[in-house]
Amino acid sequence: MLSIKNIHAKIEEKEILRGLSLDVKPGEVHAIMGPNGSGKSTLAAVLAGREDYEVTEGTIQYIGKDVLDMAPEIRAREGMFLAFQYPVEIPGVSNMNFLKAAVGEIRKHNGLEPLSAKDFLKLVAEKSKLVELDGQLANRAVNEGFSGGEKKRNEIFQMAMLAPKLAILDETDSGLDIDALRIVANGVNALRTPERSFIVITHYQRLLEYIVPDFVHVLYKGRIVKSGGKELALELEEKGYDWIKEEVETANA
Amino acid sequence: MAYEGDEILESVTNKEYEFGFVTDIESDKAAPGLTEDTIRLISKKKEEPEWLLNWRLEAFAIWQKMTEPTWAHVHYTKPDFQAISYYSAPKKKVQLNSLDELDPELRKTMDKLGISLEEQKRLKGVAVDFVMDSVSVATSFKEKLGELGIIFCSMSDAVKEHPELVKKYMGTVVPRTDNFYAALNSAVFTDGSFCYIPKGVRCPMELSTYFRINEGGTGQFERTLVVADADSYVSYLEGCTAPSRDENQLHAAVVELIAMDNAEIKYSTVQNWYPGDKDGKGGVFNFVTKRGMCGGVNSKISWTQVETGSAITWKYPSCILKGDNSVGEFYSVAVTNNYQQADTGTKMIHLGRNTKSTIISKGISSGKSQNSYRGLVQINKSAENARNFSQCDSLLMTDKCGAHTFPYIEVKNKTAMVEHEATTSKIGEDQLFYCQQRGLDMEQSISMIVNGYAKEVLNKLPMEFAVEAQKLLAISLEGSVG
Repeated sequence: MLSIKNIHAKIEEKEILRGLSLDVKPGEVHAIMGPNGSGKSTLAAVLAGREDYEVTEGTIQYIGKDVLDMAPEIRAREGMFLAFQYPVEIPGVSNMNFLKAAVGEIRKHNGLEPLSAKDFLKLVAEKSKLVELDGQLANRAVNEGFSGGEKKRNEIFQMAMLAPKLAILDETDSGLDIDALRIVANGVNALRTPERSFIVITHYQRLLEYIVPDFVHVLYKGRIVKSGGKELALELEEKGYDWIKEEVETANA
Repeated sequence: MAYEGDEILESVTNKEYEFGFVTDIESDKAAPGLTEDTIRLISKKKEEPEWLLNWRLEAFAIWQKMTEPTWAHVHYTKPDFQAISYYSAPKKKVQLNSLDELDPELRKTMDKLGISLEEQKRLKGVAVDFVMDSVSVATSFKEKLGELGIIFCSMSDAVKEHPELVKKYMGTVVPRTDNFYAALNSAVFTDGSFCYIPKGVRCPMELSTYFRINEGGTGQFERTLVVADADSYVSYLEGCTAPSRDENQLHAAVVELIAMDNAEIKYSTVQNWYPGDKDGKGGVFNFVTKRGMCGGVNSKISWTQVETGSAITWKYPSCILKGDNSVGEFYSVAVTNNYQQADTGTKMIHLGRNTKSTIISKGISSGKSQNSYRGLVQINKSAENARNFSQCDSLLMTDKCGAHTFPYIEVKNKTAMVEHEATTSKIGEDQLFYCQQRGLDMEQSISMIVNGYAKEVLNKLPMEFAVEAQKLLAISLEGSVG
């Protein structure tokens, strides 16, 4: 599904990712954890193709294709989805029109006929239930005036609508109260399939109680410094990140 | 910002102005220059009555004493008024009994502009008047409207067939002394549309005029007069295009609207005059005076404009709210790209009691353009309980363009309530990336964001026009983010 090899990326001359490698197979859920400033969100941005970041070294293969040559919208149409940490408001554009255009483009790219209005609405009704999204929200402008929790639920709703092959969740748990967290996590779990892969970026172990990962990786100074199973997350919760930092510094010394 | 595909965008930016073609049609064109003789010539060509010739000559005398206004936030080389030809007409124009007799070249022009008159007739129920250069060449649906007592014809025909109406109303809302360009127009206007809706009649279809400059070295000076008698309603649409030429062509029109007791006029414009090329060469100078008189009680005038064309725009569709409880509205989207300059807005003059006005202005600036909103809200002493709400937003697409707001508010009555809101924002890289991450390409993303931004105004347009306007916005801004 996804193979990241020795990726280096910088923004405004500052190197953030320094030789990151990661393999994700179909159906796997990988959690990326790490202290602030370790490069978690940069990884999400580089995968999705945000051009502020310059990749200086390394390769990223996604479903057998070189991702770095693809425009962001092509990556999206090829089934890569990023749930944003800070979903953007687009005033005056209804959630419905926005999704209709997105679904349309992705289907067109994959050689599918456009959905009829009826089928589209049916899909909306079905998927909005997943995240207990009020029908009203669908008709409001994209994220405009949404609460923090509504914005995150809307991200998962969009994910359900676009049915990606690879979903990247960038700190989807940040700013959520426990009820909203549960709703969002349930939505994600409902979307887990043997084919669909997830990269779950989070600062806290809390989310991983709900979305149970197959692998946990610790990102530090732009590199994965430790990998393990779901129990690694618990260990981090208990002991914090300092022992990992120490391990890395000792190894480097 | 270095978005992927910048080169593709670069090439799309240079997308040519779609309506830049010239119709190869023989025209009857006056020699350049402006003297009393020019005016006599125009009047004679149009077989006008004596009173109108005198009216023109008086206007010319007024104009000669005036100087061009310089207060607008635009910079350009003043037109040489002696170098312009003031009359140009497609030569083959004879009395048309039906649209089938139209010159084939003219027909082609209309088809290219997407105004197949026959189609319009059958499908949309829109009556169309088509004005090319100085004359109106085709008006559709005349008979059907006639049954209701509605007069919809070219200004020239109106002068011949309904002189009493023209005489009574022309120049009452925009007097000849109003301003430099209005005076000029009054002296040399060549055609335009005339519309009269009788008492108690609700016009059953959209009335539409399509203005087209074709001939080089000419100016276009049309006049439109819409009179809605008591308890009537009309929705009027106006579209404008011109060929791409290296020279600056002058368009100085006058539009007058009159709404009597309980009457409503909705006036929509999609202005797409040639804006000049990407280096700022050529383009139409659009110096237009548009004003509506809400003369009767409970009358309402609503201006909606989508402005994407012209090298220079100087235009302030206004309302005089004289009747008690009358309502004035102004909804505007003004887009400037490359080197375009727009100074546009409105005036709401409150005279009557309980008068209400709403101003929604959405400026979108791109390239190296300058986009100004200029508005006046004037609440006079007599205007008890007047209300105004103004919202002026500016959206910047690049960091080389400018957006300016010049709101003037004059309140002479303590019971007035005036609200003004203004925002300026730059199109967000975050918004664009968000759209792209959902599978939309750069162009679609811009189009979506901009149309969302302008939605409040686009929603006010009649359906067929709204679709056209949305496409126009997308085309005008293709590849414009930087």
